[in-house]
Amino acid sequence: MYDTGKVLIGILIFILVFTSPMLINLSGGKASVKANPVLPKSGKCIESKEYMKGYHMEMLDTWRNLVVRQDVRFLKKADGTFFMLNGVKAEMSLTKTCMSCHDNKAKFCDECHNYLEVKPYCWDCHIDPAIAKKGVKK
Amino acid sequence: MSIDRRQFLLITAGVAAAGLAGKQTLSVFAENQARKSDGFAGKRWAMLIDLKKCHENEGCTKCIDACHLTHNVPHFGNKKDEIKWIWKEKFEHAFVEQENYFVPEQVKQKPVLLFCNHCSNPPCVSVCPTQATWKRKDGIVMMDWHRCVGCRYCMAACPYGSRSFNWREPRTHIKQLNPDFPTRTKGVVEKCTFCDERLARGLKPACVESCPVKAMVFGDLENPNSEIRKMLGETFTMRRKPELGTQPEIYYII
Ligand code: SF4
Ligand code: SF4
Repeated sequence: MYDTGKVLIGILIFILVFTSPMLINLSGGKASVKANPVLPKSGKCIESKEYMKGYHMEMLDTWRNLVVRQDVRFLKKADGTFFMLNGVKAEMSLTKTCMSCHDNKAKFCDECHNYLEVKPYCWDCHIDPAIAKKGVKK
Repeated sequence: MSIDRRQFLLITAGVAAAGLAGKQTLSVFAENQARKSDGFAGKRWAMLIDLKKCHENEGCTKCIDACHLTHNVPHFGNKKDEIKWIWKEKFEHAFVEQENYFVPEQVKQKPVLLFCNHCSNPPCVSVCPTQATWKRKDGIVMMDWHRCVGCRYCMAACPYGSRSFNWREPRTHIKQLNPDFPTRTKGVVEKCTFCDERLARGLKPACVESCPVKAMVFGDLENPNSEIRKMLGETFTMRRKPELGTQPEIYYII
């Protein structure tokens, strides 16, 4: 090959330029968009953060089948006793249980769903507490 | 790696068998859960409506209002789009086969309160292709709005007009939202579910509770000591279109 040295230097410069965005990010760059769900200030979730991050959608799916199709309504702990919420048995319910703490859909649910561009249709029917307060417009 | 036809068939058969086995375990699990749940325990829910009492309160719509508020039932203001869980109808329309020429004015003129009859032999259930509607062991003809595909077979099958179809987006036509109950979407069928969500918490249906003259009695037909069983034994009652064999579970004192 003629001009091996120059060609190699050229290839090296090309690679450096081509990968520069990644290299700059590696050396202390910051992501411009980040999902930042706001958690409630107090209270303890029924499951660990890690479990919820990965499986909340499967959990909700199981809940809906148990509640609607089998009339199994109330949430049980691993030891078989019922979860209590404000003095009554907690229901397996997105709006009544989850959103009694996570009451800001926009800052909690939407934050990650928008980031990941997923559009769950839960709220086509189930009511976002913020909308319930405001009332729907005609 | 390439696979030949034979291997391909073997693999697909294997996957299908595994799938079937999985389904089997799931339905066994579901069966067990269902038997354990309180809501299904040896009950047969039914309702008795004393129209004489209801008629004392002319023009009253308390039960309809309570039901429609509890369940986010939309109001479109026209017959074509109407969604109804409880509604009123003329006697001759409600009891079509009772075509006596001379009927007391009081019966003829006053409206009859109508619901889904939660039939013991429900034709709506037999025709639903997705099992979005089914008969619970406690008698409730239940709806799963997650599953309804809006084919409206059930509406064609129901001889009582108990089901309504959402032709339009319902949420924008609900005056006051109840955040504890979902709304429906366009393209879904809905009807009375005997307040399954209230029964699960040990409450009576919203309509029964709201009636100022206690014209409705709700209870368990399997329990010989229940109020409804006693009343059915004491007073002659009627059901809508009994000749169809659907066995309605809503009884009327005329
Ligand atoms: S009244 Fe109609 S909708 Fe209700 S159970 Fe009977 S057939 Fe089905
Ligand atoms: S409209 Fe919905 S509930 Fe009725 S038969 Fe079709 S899928 Fe079933």
